[in-house]
Amino acid sequence: MTTFEVGQEIAPKSYQVTRELLVGYANASGDQNPIHQNEEFAKSVGLPDVIAHGMFTMALAGRYASEIAGNSGAIREFSARFTKPVVVPAGATAEVILSAKVSAVTPESVKLDITAICNGEKVLGMTKALFTR
Amino acid sequence: MHNPGLTELVGRTFVSAGSVTVSQESITAFALAIGEPETTVAPPTFAITITLDKSQELLQSSGLDWTRVVHGDQKFSSTRPIVAGDTLVCSSTIESARVVAGNEIVTVRSDLHSGEELVASSWSTLVVRA
Repeated sequence: MTTFEVGQEIAPKSYQVTRELLVGYANASGDQNPIHQNEEFAKSVGLPDVIAHGMFTMALAGRYASEIAGNSGAIREFSARFTKPVVVPAGATAEVILSAKVSAVTPESVKLDITAICNGEKVLGMTKALFTR
Repeated sequence: MHNPGLTELVGRTFVSAGSVTVSQESITAFALAIGEPETTVAPPTFAITITLDKSQELLQSSGLDWTRVVHGDQKFSSTRPIVAGDTLVCSSTIESARVVAGNEIVTVRSDLHSGEELVASSWSTLVVRA
C-alpha cells in the first residue's frame, strides 16, 4: 500500500486539451453546448474562443486523482469550482497542469487538494478529492 | 430576477420519469473521451452524464432560461462506483436559489438510486447570468 502523509506533495502531471478531445467529450457526455465546439458561436456570446467544458477539465482532475488513488473506483467525494475557462484555439493544444497536496489521512481514506493551472491561471478552484484506501 | 417563481421551488424534489440503465459501452466511451484507461467501473465524474441532463429538464420545467446558464461548481459523492448494469433513478432537489449582483445562482442536488440503494449524489451550482 502506498503511504500518504498530510502535507505531502504529489508530482504534477500535464494534460493536453484539443478541439478534437472536446468533440469527443461532447459526444460521450451529451453536453453539446456549441461554446465548446463552435468558434463563431463562442465569440458571439463574448468568449475569447472555444472553451473546454468545465466538466472536461474536472474529469482530467478526476483522472489525476484516480491515478494517485490507484483506482478510479476508489474516489468517494470529488468537488471543484469552475473559476476560469480553458481556452482552446483551432489547431492549438491547451496544457492543463495538475498538482496535488495531501490534506487529510485516516486509516480508511485520503483527502487531496488539487490545483489545475492553464496559461499560468487557476482554472479550477476548491478542488478536493477523497478516496478510500 | 429572471425566474420569479424559482425561489418558491427550493426544497422541492422532482423524480425523473423512468430510469437509466448504465451500459459498459457508455462507461467505455466516457473513459476514452477523458483519456482514462478502459475500466469496468465508471470514472468519478460519469454521474454528470445522467444528472446534468435531468437537472436541466427540471429547471426548464421550472421556467429557467437555460440559454444563459453557466456551470459554477460541481460536487460528487458516492457510496460505491457506478458499474455497468446499474439501473438508476434520478431525483433532483433545488437546494438553494439566490440572486447575487443580478445573477441567479441555483444549486441542484441529484440523487441516483438503484432500487433502495443511494449510489451517488451530484450537486451542480448553475449561474443564470444577468
